[in-house]
Amino acid sequence: MKKILLWGGLLLLLAVLAFGLFRSQQGQVNVGELAPEFTLESFSGETYRLPDLRGKVVVVNFWASWCESCKPEARDLEAAYQYYLPTGEVLFLGVDYVDTEPEALAYLEEFQVTYPNGPDLRTEISQAFRIRGVPETFVIDKSGRIAHLQIGPFSSFEEILGIIDPLLD
Amino acid sequence: MKGKYRYLLGILSLILLLVVLTVPALAQGSDPTDDEVNAIARQLYCPVCENIPLDTCGTAACEQWRGIIREKLAEGWTEDQIKTYFVEQYGDRVLAEPPRRGFNWLAYVVPMLALAAGVALLVIGFRKWREQARVQETTRRSGEDRPAAEPTDEYLKKVEEELKARSEGQK
Repeated sequence: MKKILLWGGLLLLLAVLAFGLFRSQQGQVNVGELAPEFTLESFSGETYRLPDLRGKVVVVNFWASWCESCKPEARDLEAAYQYYLPTGEVLFLGVDYVDTEPEALAYLEEFQVTYPNGPDLRTEISQAFRIRGVPETFVIDKSGRIAHLQIGPFSSFEEILGIIDPLLD
Repeated sequence: MKGKYRYLLGILSLILLLVVLTVPALAQGSDPTDDEVNAIARQLYCPVCENIPLDTCGTAACEQWRGIIREKLAEGWTEDQIKTYFVEQYGDRVLAEPPRRGFNWLAYVVPMLALAAGVALLVIGFRKWREQARVQETTRRSGEDRPAAEPTDEYLKKVEEELKARSEGQK
């Protein structure tokens, strides 16, 4: 009996350690996978639930005001948002990662970002997407699957359009 | 009488001067010091720069966070309130110690269990070792005390009888 308990305990401990190791070794959510469900409350108080957005292409951009490499793409993302706005087929969501609200709002104002942005409260969204840093952008197709993963900033407005356009056909 | 008024006026002026000098000093006193900010900051970790406490982290994000601590302290928030605020904003990962609930209990229980198991194994091993030593000692002692064993083997008996007979024949 003692031996069973001892070995059982040891196996349990190993299982826990293996689970932790497996989780820490997992990379980002991959292209082709269903995007993790999340709810984002924007700085202006609106709520966005990913499952409610099926049928639209959703661009989820992780950024932070302290992130220097986020800045070059900020205007391109806003321009792309404006470009698709009349179609109503594409929604841009900005997820502000580990940031402080005054600085985040100042950043949005500086780059004249008008699409919905909100804080990643308790870092739950970034953990669900298992991001490794900012900026990272996930383009989710109309069926809720990840169609493109951008690690690092987009280099141009055209690059963003080149990724989204094929998803609208 | 005039002198008395002058004397009172002088005291009042002195009091007024002291008040004017003291008010800014009091206002400055309400500003949290770096030590007060760091006392809380060292208990928090920024998820961006892992394993570096907030008080020694030099990134822009950490600087912003220390600014928040300073602001909250100036507003009269307690240490616990500030830590709760950070957890609500950025998750449990910001704490130096995981909160004692749910899955986090493993972090506290597993090392203690491992230690207890290690001690138990040592005690069991030590007891076994002592028991073996005791048995060996008993066997050795009983071997010394016991009279020479009577030959039980038939062959030995014969040999002894032969030897006896020979020695008697020689006599």
